[in-house]
Amino acid sequence: MSHGASSGLEGDLKMPLSKAKFAMWLFLATEIMFFAGLLGTYIVLRAGNPGVFGLPYTGWDVMWWLPAINTVVLITSSFTMVKAVSAVQKGSASGVSFFLLATALLGCVFMAIKFYEYGYKFDHGIYPSTNVFYTCYFLTTGLHGLHVAGGIVVIFCLFIKAMLTGYPRNSETVEIIGLYWHFVDLVWIYLFPLVYLL
Amino acid sequence: MAESQASAATHGAHVEEHEPEYELGFVRKYIFSTDHKIIGIQFLFTTLFFFLIGGLLVLAVRWQLAWPWSNMPIFGPLVFGSEGGQISPEFYTMAFTMHASIMIFMVVIPILAGAFGNFIIPLQIGARDMAFPKLNMFSYWFMWPAMCCFVASFFVEGGAAASGWTSYPPLSSVWSAAPGSGMGQTLWLTGVSFVGVSSLMGSLNYITTIVTMRCPGMTLFRMPLTTWSLFITAILQAFALPVLTAALVMQIMDRLAGTGFFIPPELVVNNVEASGTGTGGQPILWQHLFWFYSHPAVYIMILPAMGINSDVMATFARKPIFGYKPMVYAISGIAGLGFIVWGHHMFQSGMNPYLGTAFMISTMFIALPSAVKVFNWLGTLWGGNIRFTAAMLNAVAFVSTFIIGGLSGIFMAATPVDIHIHDTYFIVAHIHYVLFGGSVFAIFAGIYYWYPKMFGRHMNEPLGKLHFFLTFTFANLAFFPMHLLGVAGFPRRLADPYHYITFKHLLGLNQFITVCAICLGLTQLIFMFNIIISLIGGKRAGKNPWDSNSLEWQADSPAPHGNWGPSLPVVHRGPYEYSSPEVQEDWLPQTRDLNAEKASS
Repeated sequence: MSHGASSGLEGDLKMPLSKAKFAMWLFLATEIMFFAGLLGTYIVLRAGNPGVFGLPYTGWDVMWWLPAINTVVLITSSFTMVKAVSAVQKGSASGVSFFLLATALLGCVFMAIKFYEYGYKFDHGIYPSTNVFYTCYFLTTGLHGLHVAGGIVVIFCLFIKAMLTGYPRNSETVEIIGLYWHFVDLVWIYLFPLVYLL
Repeated sequence: MAESQASAATHGAHVEEHEPEYELGFVRKYIFSTDHKIIGIQFLFTTLFFFLIGGLLVLAVRWQLAWPWSNMPIFGPLVFGSEGGQISPEFYTMAFTMHASIMIFMVVIPILAGAFGNFIIPLQIGARDMAFPKLNMFSYWFMWPAMCCFVASFFVEGGAAASGWTSYPPLSSVWSAAPGSGMGQTLWLTGVSFVGVSSLMGSLNYITTIVTMRCPGMTLFRMPLTTWSLFITAILQAFALPVLTAALVMQIMDRLAGTGFFIPPELVVNNVEASGTGTGGQPILWQHLFWFYSHPAVYIMILPAMGINSDVMATFARKPIFGYKPMVYAISGIAGLGFIVWGHHMFQSGMNPYLGTAFMISTMFIALPSAVKVFNWLGTLWGGNIRFTAAMLNAVAFVSTFIIGGLSGIFMAATPVDIHIHDTYFIVAHIHYVLFGGSVFAIFAGIYYWYPKMFGRHMNEPLGKLHFFLTFTFANLAFFPMHLLGVAGFPRRLADPYHYITFKHLLGLNQFITVCAICLGLTQLIFMFNIIISLIGGKRAGKNPWDSNSLEWQADSPAPHGNWGPSLPVVHRGPYEYSSPEVQEDWLPQTRDLNAEKASS
């Protein structure tokens, strides 16, 4: 039964990706399940309340182009994130700082527009308890917003670290946070049509 | 102290990444520790404490069922002084809710995944620690807000949550529905969310550790079954928990933000319109989301127990585990099926009959991998040179009681039968046979087995056997008659079922169960006493007191920080080569290199 010491001595540990990157992919997979729960709820409640969803609501004139701008902002921030990763690979310290800051700021623009949008709704007496559509609307966009806010904090910390010490050429940290940022972006790509267009 | 300095001197030079951590103060070493073994032991003691709390709560439930509305001795005047020592119906509801919630979220899941998962995984795969030690520390400390929420909820107005551990809306979502649906319910939801965060951190860590940090030679199919089961459990947790988290957020919003995810329109509670303007929600949606997590959760509570059991049985039967790979596939099969059977909890909730049939059939399929495991355990025992230690006795008890629990599960899986036994004591019997008869016996087995590795001392063996025999006797006497109650239709969760004349004749049986339950509870004091006195006075244990093969027994008892000294172990074979004809001893450690021995001789 016993195999020689040479067979499989290294085991199957020649991992194609690092521990941290593996854990981030895994975390994102669990995040998919989290948003699947939310979107599942959206589907069930939409199916159960056909008259409530998909109507033009108060402030719809403002409502469709603000999130449309937000979509552009978020996609642009994904682009700057990619540029930050590529700056790490090129070893350009100033490029890393610049693009990380740009990503964080674009995230802030997204959140600012979001706050305006929420404020506009609250001013017109629209709250999560208004009807089932707004319940789903505030739940999904709110939890997505929390993810964006968390991302901004982390990216801002990366930016400060890049300013102070820079990142070595083989550093994966920016790339791993980038994975998260792209994921959050992708979630928005699903949410935007679901809550604003359909 | 001198000893640890000496070991630091020998290890430090070789283990750069751990070097600075050898000289740690008490707080960093034992409280805010990043050492997986300390974190595991922290989980162990915390969960054992809550095991006692959960046990006390159920004694209140049992008292009421046996001697309804009579004054409870000792505890009664202390807790319910104002009612003259009687249990109120509100407290009864709260007691069974919090008994289940504490046992599930504070005891069985954290002891299996948290205590055993942390302690065992790095040792069995030959790693120095978890992949992310800090994250691991946080996974323990995130249990504390949860515990605080649970404990605090008993002292808020209206008391702790009282809508059952399943927290079904609208009872759980409408503040005015019941006293326990007040602040206590919100604290319950918050507490469970924290447990979820803790479990998620743990499971990300376990999966990453097992995938990336096995020592040289430790292929996946050389991992002991405990590690395999914890690995698959972690995957289950990682993918099922987020859905529960989403559902918890929604129920918290229903309670705090006036939304109506789970509150139907035009709902009237206590003659008051309870639905807000925004409601159009569906109570059954909660059930789907809840059981999408909580059905996998019952496998989270049994799979690691099965893994532990396999390791204990192979060691003390002095035989290779029968059908190692089928065991792995069976664990995976149970986990995979576990994701698609949640609807069998909802046969009574209203469901398309075709869907019910699909859930029934997929549930029945779980009997197959479960039976594979049972037969493999029997095969392991067959012809073995069995050593009846306290650990082994508990492991054998696990198999026998698990068979009973598994068989009653088949009754429930069948929709027509389930319609009769739904929400009766048959369900209570089943869950206690698999959770107490299953998981808890395996937890006992695991504690007796790994205690020497955790603390460097043996637990007292005669006391262990006494604890086992009493536990086994009283557990069966307490839980088996519940099947009979269930078949008679005796409902669970009612403070006074004898209100119905049909159940009056069951009072005697309930009194018998209560007496056995009290004895079962008292018996656990022997176990707690044993754990504590053995810390000080237990017989010293060597590296490998049970003559086991797997890697953890090659480390010192207790293992130092970093586990392995200067170099990582190298693995040459699977973990179960007991009584191998290749060597004289009846054990053959995974690290022993027979080829090198032959070459040198």
